[in-house]
Amino acid sequence: MKRSRLPLIITIGVLVFLYLPIVILVINSFNASRFSTGWQGFSLGWYARLLHEPEIWRAARNSLAIAFGATAVSVIFGTMAAFALHRFARSRLQRFHYGLVYMPLVVPEILMGISLLMAFAAAGVRLGFGTIFLAHVTFCISFVAMTVLARLQDFDFAVIEAAQDLGAGWGTTLRKILLPLITPGILAGALLAFTLSIDDFVITFFVAGPGSTTLPIRIYSMIKYGSPPLINALSTILLAVTFTAVAVSQRISRSKVKL
Amino acid sequence: MKRSTRKKLQEALVSSPSLLWLSLFFLFPTLLVFILALRPANPYGGIGQGWTLQNLRRLTDPSYLEVSWRTLEISLITTVICLLLAVPIGYYLARLSLRWRNLLLMLIIIPFWTNFLIRIFAWKVLLHPEGLIKHLLVFLGLAGPQTSLLYNAGAVVLVSVYTFLPFTILPIYAAADKFDFQLLEAARDLGARRFQAFYRIFLPGIRRGLLTALLFVFIPALGSYVIPDIVGGPGGELIGNKIAQRVFVDRNLPLASAISAVLILSVLAPLIAVLFLQPKGKRPEIL
Repeated sequence: MKRSRLPLIITIGVLVFLYLPIVILVINSFNASRFSTGWQGFSLGWYARLLHEPEIWRAARNSLAIAFGATAVSVIFGTMAAFALHRFARSRLQRFHYGLVYMPLVVPEILMGISLLMAFAAAGVRLGFGTIFLAHVTFCISFVAMTVLARLQDFDFAVIEAAQDLGAGWGTTLRKILLPLITPGILAGALLAFTLSIDDFVITFFVAGPGSTTLPIRIYSMIKYGSPPLINALSTILLAVTFTAVAVSQRISRSKVKL
Repeated sequence: MKRSTRKKLQEALVSSPSLLWLSLFFLFPTLLVFILALRPANPYGGIGQGWTLQNLRRLTDPSYLEVSWRTLEISLITTVICLLLAVPIGYYLARLSLRWRNLLLMLIIIPFWTNFLIRIFAWKVLLHPEGLIKHLLVFLGLAGPQTSLLYNAGAVVLVSVYTFLPFTILPIYAAADKFDFQLLEAARDLGARRFQAFYRIFLPGIRRGLLTALLFVFIPALGSYVIPDIVGGPGGELIGNKIAQRVFVDRNLPLASAISAVLILSVLAPLIAVLFLQPKGKRPEIL
C-alpha cells in the first residue's frame, strides 16, 4: 500500500520551523554588527562584554541558589506524595490529593503567580527571595510527584511484602528495596524540578520583590530595554550549558542501565 | 493497634507534607483570588476594607470584553494549528523504526531546553522589520516594505504555536504509538479511501491523546502573558496582559483579582469538559 508523503513533509517543515530562530540567534551572537541585519564579520566581542556585566552573574547565582533549595525540598515532598498516591490509590483522601497535585500542572502560570501574590499581599509577607523559593517549591512538588508516580506504577509492591516476610524491618526495606528501585525516578524528578526552577519567569516575576533578580527576570529586562547582541551571546552560553548537562545525564543513566 | 487504623495513620503521615503545602500555597491562594475580587483597592496599592461589586462591574467595560474575545480567538486558532501539525507528525513518528523515532523525538524536544524568554526573543529578532523573514517576504513580493510582522495578533499566534507545539506532539505521539496500524490497512482492504480510514479509524483511535494535547495548548494559551507582551503590541494584548498591567502598572490588586477570577473559571470549563470525555476510571495521562 502506498503511504501518503504528507506526514513526512510536515515533519521536516516543522523541524525547520523549530530550529530556524535558535540557529539564527546562535549565528548572530558571533556577528560583529550591533544590529542583526547583516553579517559584519566573526567576533567574540559580545561574549567579552558579558564578562563585564556583574548584574547578570549575580542574577545567575541567585537563580542557582533558589533552584538548589527548591529542588531539595520539592524532591522530598514530591516523592512522599507520589508514594501516597500510589500506595493508597483507592482512598477518598488520595483522590483529593491527586487533584491537588495535578491542578498546578495545568493551571496557566500567570494564575499561580497572581494567586500567590494575593496570598502574600493579604498575609503581609514581604516579597523577595523567600517568596520566590516558596512559589518554586509549590510547582516543583507537582512535577516531581508525577515523575516519581510514573516510576512507581511499574513497581511491584509484592517485593516489599516479600522482604518483610523474610524479616526485614521498615528501615531495611526502605533502604535496600524501595529507594534503589525508585532512585532513577527521583533523579529524573529532581532534574526536572531544577530545570523548571532555573527557567521560570512568569510566577517568579509576580512574587519577586524589588532587587530580588533571578536570571530569567534579568533576561526579560534585557529583552525589553537592553542590547540584543548581549542576549544572543548569553543565550548561546545557556544553550551550551544545557546541552552539556543533558548529555552528561544521558551518559550517567546509560551507564547505570549497563550495570 | 488495628491494621486498618495503622494504615490510615501511615497514609496521613505520608500525604500530609504535600497536602498541607499545596493547600497553603495553591488551593487557598486560588480561592483567595475570588474573595479579593470583591474588595476595594486602597490608595497604597494594597487591599482595602469592606466589600464592593465595583471590580466586577468594571469587567464589563468594552476594552475588557474586546481583550477577552481576542484571547479566546487567538487561543482557539493556536490550538487548531497545533493539532493540525501535531497529528501528522505523531502519525509519522509512530510508524518509524525505533531508532529514527527516538532521534526525531529528541530533535523535537531539544529546542525546548532553551529558556522560554530566549525563544520568544529569537522570534522577535526574526520578525523584526530588518529581520530575515521580512526581507524574504519582500523579496518574494508577498509583503510590502511597510508591512509589520511584529506587534500584532498574527505574531502572537505564530510564537504561541512555536511554544506549545511540542506539548501537542508528545501526547499525540504517545497515543499513536499504542494505536494498532493494522486497523488502517483493514479499513483500506474493506474499501475505505485513504483519508476516510485516517478520519474514521485513526483519529477516534487516538482520542485520548488528542484531548490531552488540546488541554496542553488551549489552557496555557488562555493564560498567555509573556508572548503577547514581547511580540504582541497593543493589537495583540490578551487577558494575561491586563492582569499584569493592573499589578505592575497601576497596582490595583482587587481589579487584578477580578480579571483573574474570570480567567480561572474559563480555564476550568475546558478542563472539566475534557475530564468528562476521558474514559471512565482512568487518570488523565500527562508527562
